[in-house]
Amino acid sequence: MNREERKCFKVIKFIIGLLIAIYVLLPFYLLVVNACKAPLAITKSPVSVEGASFGQLIQNLKDVINNVHFEFWYAFGSSVIITVVSLVLLALFGSMAAWVICRNKTKWSTAIYYVFIASMIIPFQAVMLALISTFRDAGNFIGIPMLRSIPGTIFAYCGFGGAMTVFILTGFIKGIPYELEEAASIDGCSPEAVFFRIIFPLLKPVIVTVTILNGMWIWNDYLLPSLLLGSSSSVKTLPVAIQSFVGSFVVQWNLILAAALLTITPMIIIFLLAQKQIIAGMVDGAIK
Amino acid sequence: MTGNTSKKALSLVLLGVGIISLVVSLVIDFMGLGFDFRGYLLIIGILGTLGGLFTLPTEKYHRNIVNFVFLFPLLFTFGVTVIIPLVLGIGYSFTDWDGVMVGRFVGLDNYIQAFHQTTFLYSVLLTALFVVINMILVNLVAFLLALLCSSKIKGVGFFRATYFLPNLIGGIVLGYIWQFAFSKALIGITSKIFGMEYSILSETNLAFWCIIIVYIWQYAGYIMLIYITGLNTVPREVLEASAIDGANAWSTLFQIKIPMIASTITICTFLTLTNAFKMFDVNLSLTGGNGSVENFLGGSLTNGTEMLALNIYTTAINKNNYALGQAKAVLFFIILTVVSIVQVRISNKKEVEM
Repeated sequence: MNREERKCFKVIKFIIGLLIAIYVLLPFYLLVVNACKAPLAITKSPVSVEGASFGQLIQNLKDVINNVHFEFWYAFGSSVIITVVSLVLLALFGSMAAWVICRNKTKWSTAIYYVFIASMIIPFQAVMLALISTFRDAGNFIGIPMLRSIPGTIFAYCGFGGAMTVFILTGFIKGIPYELEEAASIDGCSPEAVFFRIIFPLLKPVIVTVTILNGMWIWNDYLLPSLLLGSSSSVKTLPVAIQSFVGSFVVQWNLILAAALLTITPMIIIFLLAQKQIIAGMVDGAIK
Repeated sequence: MTGNTSKKALSLVLLGVGIISLVVSLVIDFMGLGFDFRGYLLIIGILGTLGGLFTLPTEKYHRNIVNFVFLFPLLFTFGVTVIIPLVLGIGYSFTDWDGVMVGRFVGLDNYIQAFHQTTFLYSVLLTALFVVINMILVNLVAFLLALLCSSKIKGVGFFRATYFLPNLIGGIVLGYIWQFAFSKALIGITSKIFGMEYSILSETNLAFWCIIIVYIWQYAGYIMLIYITGLNTVPREVLEASAIDGANAWSTLFQIKIPMIASTITICTFLTLTNAFKMFDVNLSLTGGNGSVENFLGGSLTNGTEMLALNIYTTAINKNNYALGQAKAVLFFIILTVVSIVQVRISNKKEVEM
């Protein structure tokens, strides 16, 4: 292949790449454009930008946010609280557990590790029905409701996210030299101080990975919150709110798309800010 | 030694308070007295006991106590949310459980009933078809995208980020966006191609392909990233050597690149396989599982696009048949486990051969 041909080949590749990118972005274009339209304009021409205006977008967003069935701020707040608290707890409890599993070569810790790994294949469907009744009974038993409550949902995410979190973290902790800990304990460091002062700070990059993986899952998850919170309940996350919003109406596409826009915007902003970390995190999580 | 004494005192106080409140709250729980504070008392009890143990001034057992305290939170939540429901669920599948109460043991009745249900059998077949088509297409598309994105062209970073973008969005929202695209925006094109005035989502066979299109759109970018990482691990010297030996682009691809990323292919097939099996959100929001099938095993069906995961959900939650849904869920679990193990076995053999 000579230089001319090679250059030509590159241009063709670039054009193919661009066409695919346009195809991938097409639904986003439809989403944004039609969220800026009144219902009539959508019926008239759903593809073109005709009839789309910024004022109408604001109007649609207002309609969604003020809609009594959607309760946007409430759902948004619940989603944020559930996601953030679950992520913090998973990172903390996960690394504590992974450290103990990794640094204790006893039968118990090995057994726990294999149970965690084996549990990763269990599909949510296999446990979801009994999960509802377990949470209901546990709530009645201890007197704190576990269903239709934010703490209950966070509890469930800690349980379901635990296995993968521990799996990724143990892989990383194995690579930290044990001599580091020995030296510290000879200097009189207690085990908990060894963990919090030496190991935990070293885990920063892998905790970022785990948090990205868990964060994308928890923020977008529909099935678990819809079962534990109930679709008609006053406590709901954004995906649950969208689903019940769509189900309770004659289809009003301008409002549905405006709601969808509101839901995905935080994710897109975070992605644009931390693109490199997110892409690296997603790949690391899959390969380990 | 005042530090040690005060630590001991703190530990004993915490232990005392913890154990007492633990016992009191459990007594209230078991006696069924309806005090609302009993749950908080229980939490105080657990925290107090753990704190007391943690501060206990013992050299000998301290390491074991730390291990226990560190493992406890995750194991406890994991046990309550995964292990207990799994064991109970398998048990419930042999009873006439209605979601709240267990009446009697019915043996394999639920399983027999599931196999006699044409809607369920249809869902199983449809899911199998979906998983196979999806596994092939997603991997193929993702691999081609990875080849494109690992070559030296302008705007590679932008392409990668764009192709990955759909993966950020949850299945529910994504399903509605595409529902809009298929039933409103693209209707002008589809009516010309297929000669229908209505949405292609209402035609069962086409709707099935719509789900596949959406799923590839969502998932290929993510798998692509893993393939790119795999392709980057192929040493440059090997590629240079093959170029010197006169290998063209095709033989470099098939005889060097693909064999060298065999483990990446294993990971990607495993991921696409298990994720396609568990697909639920897109199914629910794009078609809701609806679609008419005129003749399947001698009867007509209305769940033409309903995959297994959605079938379990509708059986239990919408039709309120918890025991049957749970039996199907156990079958789902078994199928998924067997398929994953077989897939990993086959891939491992192939990797060794290569």
